[in-house]
Amino acid sequence: MKKINLKHTVALPLLGLLCIVIVSCERGFSDDVELATFPNTAEIFTDAPVGLTDEFFISFDPAGGANTNGFGTDDTEAYEGTTSIRIDVPTPNDPDGGFIGGIFRDRGEGRDLTGYDALTFWAKGSTTATVGLFGFGTDFIQDEHSVQLANTQLSTDWKKYVIPIPDPSKLVQERGMFIFSAGTESTGGAGYTFWIDEIRFERLGTIGQPRPEILGGQDQTAQSNVDTTVPIIGLKYTANLSNGQDVTVTAASAYFDFDSSNPFVASVNDQGLVTVVGPGEIDPVTGMVDNTSVITASVAGQLAEGSLTIEAVNIDVISIFSDVFANVAVDNYNGFYEPFQTTLGGAVEEAGNNVITYTDFNFVAIEFYGRDGSDVPPVDATEMTHLHIDIRVNEIVDASDYINISLHNNFTQASEVSGTFAIPGTSLASNEWVEFDIPLSDFAGLTARDAVGMMLFVSDGTIANVSLDNIYFYAEN
Amino acid sequence: MNFKYKINTKHIQSFAAFMVVIIIGGMTVSCDPDETQEVTTFTNIVLRDDFDVDGTPNPAIWTYDIGTGDNGWGNNELQYYTDRPENVVVENGMLKITALQESFEGSGYTSARINTKGLYAKKYGRFEARIKLPWGQGLWPAFWLLGDNIDTVSWPQCGEIDIMEYRGQLPTITTGSVHGPGYSAGNAISKEYELTGDRFDTGFHVFGIEWGPNYINYYVDDVLYNQITPEDVTGEWVFDHEFFIIMNLAVGGSFVGSPNADTVFPQTMLVDYVRIYQ
Repeated sequence: MKKINLKHTVALPLLGLLCIVIVSCERGFSDDVELATFPNTAEIFTDAPVGLTDEFFISFDPAGGANTNGFGTDDTEAYEGTTSIRIDVPTPNDPDGGFIGGIFRDRGEGRDLTGYDALTFWAKGSTTATVGLFGFGTDFIQDEHSVQLANTQLSTDWKKYVIPIPDPSKLVQERGMFIFSAGTESTGGAGYTFWIDEIRFERLGTIGQPRPEILGGQDQTAQSNVDTTVPIIGLKYTANLSNGQDVTVTAASAYFDFDSSNPFVASVNDQGLVTVVGPGEIDPVTGMVDNTSVITASVAGQLAEGSLTIEAVNIDVISIFSDVFANVAVDNYNGFYEPFQTTLGGAVEEAGNNVITYTDFNFVAIEFYGRDGSDVPPVDATEMTHLHIDIRVNEIVDASDYINISLHNNFTQASEVSGTFAIPGTSLASNEWVEFDIPLSDFAGLTARDAVGMMLFVSDGTIANVSLDNIYFYAEN
Repeated sequence: MNFKYKINTKHIQSFAAFMVVIIIGGMTVSCDPDETQEVTTFTNIVLRDDFDVDGTPNPAIWTYDIGTGDNGWGNNELQYYTDRPENVVVENGMLKITALQESFEGSGYTSARINTKGLYAKKYGRFEARIKLPWGQGLWPAFWLLGDNIDTVSWPQCGEIDIMEYRGQLPTITTGSVHGPGYSAGNAISKEYELTGDRFDTGFHVFGIEWGPNYINYYVDDVLYNQITPEDVTGEWVFDHEFFIIMNLAVGGSFVGSPNADTVFPQTMLVDYVRIYQ
């Protein structure tokens, strides 16, 4: 008997192996690999929540002004079936909170949404108010796959809304089923009601022409020191719906695949955080050091519009205004010298990039000397060698146009000294960024720079509309 | 109306046959192409252009309409048609007709319109093309036929058979029409077909007609969606003589309206093949 037992113990595993081999041969290896999957339940709310947490609605923090009173269901209104979600948007001065919003979260470990291409729902408003936010992918845990549609105008009849999923293959285990946030910005503070029904993920097949973008779709450049980091911001995704309308959402970095053209200069992680890793290598063809890397991104293989060209540098920087370097405190980006100054404007965000834009420009100052008793200290630029500034003239440039830049040390004090550097129109370009690296020694008259507190720009109206960016003092190491 | 009844009957018949096959044949039915064979019946190919030779379209088959015609080709179209490779070229096995936004000879857009007039015309048969369409407000691609006697009897007496017309702002809908005396322009006999779960600008689709004495059948891919017969037209039936082929991509015009700020240029109509059967 012992002998027979032995035979069986050997034979059975062998038989098993044989089976595995046969199965593998017949079906091919990759088809047999089954990854763990999660339920692909599409419905979020029909006449009742589907597979959501017991609390159903998880509000934004009331401490931040979120009103939790206005959320409920309504058995007298429904697009389909018997019941819809009813949201009463509070007035801004409601003591219980001036806006309403929150999320619906999957009650399980998450859902497999890879088979869908959109979140859809029906909504109806008591008035044609604009709801600030609809979306999904926010679970108040990781918020990894956030997709947000801003400013959706309601109709007073039921209407279907479609929010595309930028890359469904990323949503293998998603808990953030729905998010909304609504205030009364569009109604002048008047409260209103809206209803939502039939919230679900769908595979429509009719969403096309994906157009992802980073950095507002612009090709931007930045100089940056080794070991510094720069975030890729302005992540958006536009697609065309079956009705011919484009819809643009703000999409989380997790939907984007980032790429660095020169890993010797910069790396970029899954969150779109660029790290300058080195000064670059010598290009074998040109014999020059290639210290630049172009950061690009794509969504589901579709290249995103916009890029960041990083130039690795080794400089000490005192930054007045830039997205790349930590900026020193300033009093203002427009000193508004009345009555002779006409210049309007100041720092603005322009498609994901912070810039300074001046209109009606005759002269204007950036002040950082402690105006009106502020504690802003002036800049000690003694060890600095250059001023960097990017200038874009937002109009036609004539050769006779100019911008004069003056730096003032000990501004407003008896010991004040200053120097001016003149930029002629021939060095500027219309609607194009031009970079300047100006030696501080070229600011004739600036005999001291241990307490630079004011930077003055003068065009005398020859240029009326101009944008500035990346203003910093630096010294090459 | 008569046609709908016929189609329904066919569908019921084929469905019944299908069920029988399922019962008898089990799984093998899923590979059986029979269920789509009713769409086309003409299989003898008499002209084919697979656009396999890079360069200009085959001059033995295709010629060009140039310019703006009379009042934007009669439709207030905005483009200037050229034969430049920027607007029409054969590349990578496909005919590419590209609409550009540019100032050219007084027009704001350029594009192309090719036809077989004087080179190839045919009475009756199956005319089909496999096309990936452009998209966006104001784009108006078409694959159509005009009566070869247009120069003697003029339009619409010559007849016009529109196999595919499409509005870039409605990317799931194609229109098939006939124009003739008493039923032209806005009074054409038309039917729209809407793709379900797909779009015409994200992949290739086959647009075709089967045309015989007293009928024109319209199909997209494997779906027969309309039949037009002399009973359907509100005038003389003018589809018993030779017609030539036109393919074009218009910008703007009465059918689609003008492009807007959201319209992305350039836009290209890609044609994989044109085939004629009898």
